[in-house]
Amino acid sequence: MTGQAYNFAYLDEQTKRMIRRALLKALAIPGYQVPFASREMPMPYGWGTGGVQVTAACLTPDDRLKVIDQGADDTTNAVSIRRFFQRTAGVETTEATSEATVIQTRHRIPETPLTEGQILVYQVPIPEPLRFLEPRETETRKMHELEEYGLMHVKLYEDIARHGEIATSYAYPVRVGGRYVMDPSPIPKFDNPKLGGNPAIQLFGAGREARIYALPPYSDVVSLDFEDHPFTPSKTDHECDLCGAGDSYLDEVITDDRGARMFVCSDTDFCASRQAQGHRGRLAPQGDTP
Amino acid sequence: MNAILGGGFADPPTQSAHAFRALLEAMARPGRIHEVTGAAPPAPISVAAGVALLTLTDSTTPLHLAGPADSEALRVWIGFHTGAPLVPADEAQFALGHWHDLQPLSRFRIGEPAYPDRSATLIVELDQLESQGARLTGPGIRDEARLSLPEIGAFRSNRALFPLGLDFILTCGSRLAALPRSTIVEDI
Repeated sequence: MTGQAYNFAYLDEQTKRMIRRALLKALAIPGYQVPFASREMPMPYGWGTGGVQVTAACLTPDDRLKVIDQGADDTTNAVSIRRFFQRTAGVETTEATSEATVIQTRHRIPETPLTEGQILVYQVPIPEPLRFLEPRETETRKMHELEEYGLMHVKLYEDIARHGEIATSYAYPVRVGGRYVMDPSPIPKFDNPKLGGNPAIQLFGAGREARIYALPPYSDVVSLDFEDHPFTPSKTDHECDLCGAGDSYLDEVITDDRGARMFVCSDTDFCASRQAQGHRGRLAPQGDTP
Repeated sequence: MNAILGGGFADPPTQSAHAFRALLEAMARPGRIHEVTGAAPPAPISVAAGVALLTLTDSTTPLHLAGPADSEALRVWIGFHTGAPLVPADEAQFALGHWHDLQPLSRFRIGEPAYPDRSATLIVELDQLESQGARLTGPGIRDEARLSLPEIGAFRSNRALFPLGLDFILTCGSRLAALPRSTIVEDI
């Protein structure tokens, strides 16, 4: 116990049981959004309340928790959620992907491949991939029921008609096990290939929208595309200016008011460990200490 | 009297967290067998089945007890420790019993096409639970897994209902495994 008058991991036991039942059903029906009785959390909707509730339901005192926001361990959202569980669950935390047993993430999948025994918890703003095409929940539910996903292909086709390619670059829809079309949360489409065949358990929590869904390990996940316009996981055509990695997802940082910019890994742990191994990028400080 | 009051989790937040992680891993990786502890339900109910009941059921989850599981001792134990209302099979969200006592499975809810999650989870007591026998493939399994199932046909017809269907938690002593509706079961 943590000194405060909190139950382990903040939520009361009845709430955790409710979330846990939803999680098991979500794993049994990969990609299907299970409604759950989302609770008010001591942070606003949009700050990861869904992910926090899923993490709270999964944590044990033995876990080592990592929290990332757009790949970074040191941004406001990540820091506050990590502190929240340090206080309410007393769990160890880490920034190293390979040492974490539970990773809560906002909008990225870590670059370091995940392993069995790890759980990746996504914060999801809009869980319904069809929502911007059809605003009525009654209709989108029926579309999932009937596997009526033509509208999504029309949307991707309109992208091609207008831009010459599929312009959707994040929250790129996927089909799970040949059945449910699923929103992978707003991860860049660069991360989509890591959704399928992943040895870790992937859980998705949407607090405001009160939905939980999941991908069991080694799931069959296909990014929607066309035979003549196959899916391409794209990234900025650069190397990281700090660690020199050519295969990681990059953030663009404006460095002055005359158009100078640099590209850095969005995954801070990945970038820092590469620098610690001696890799240097174009703008990295030279010498021993990164 | 003590038989009723005892046998629950001594430290529910921690013990149920560990128990749930075992259940989560089991449901995510069908066929993997996990060891659980912490519950001591009245005989003849296994430790693992008791752990599953304590971790997942409460006053909001209608529970069906099948066959010898429907004993006075267990009914009172469940009433004290979980408060789950006891109901006939067709209203149950969870059910507990030996494989043959749970038959016919068609009594249980398989969910609705718009809400496939509204289906029953069956906690099946088995006399043996080993990583051998039927071949399992599907979500959560990299190549294949093996599990000693009481029969093949029932799980195959359950899979044919996908995305509807029943989900199973298989228990034997202090060991449990799970078989979600998504798993393909073959007799090879």
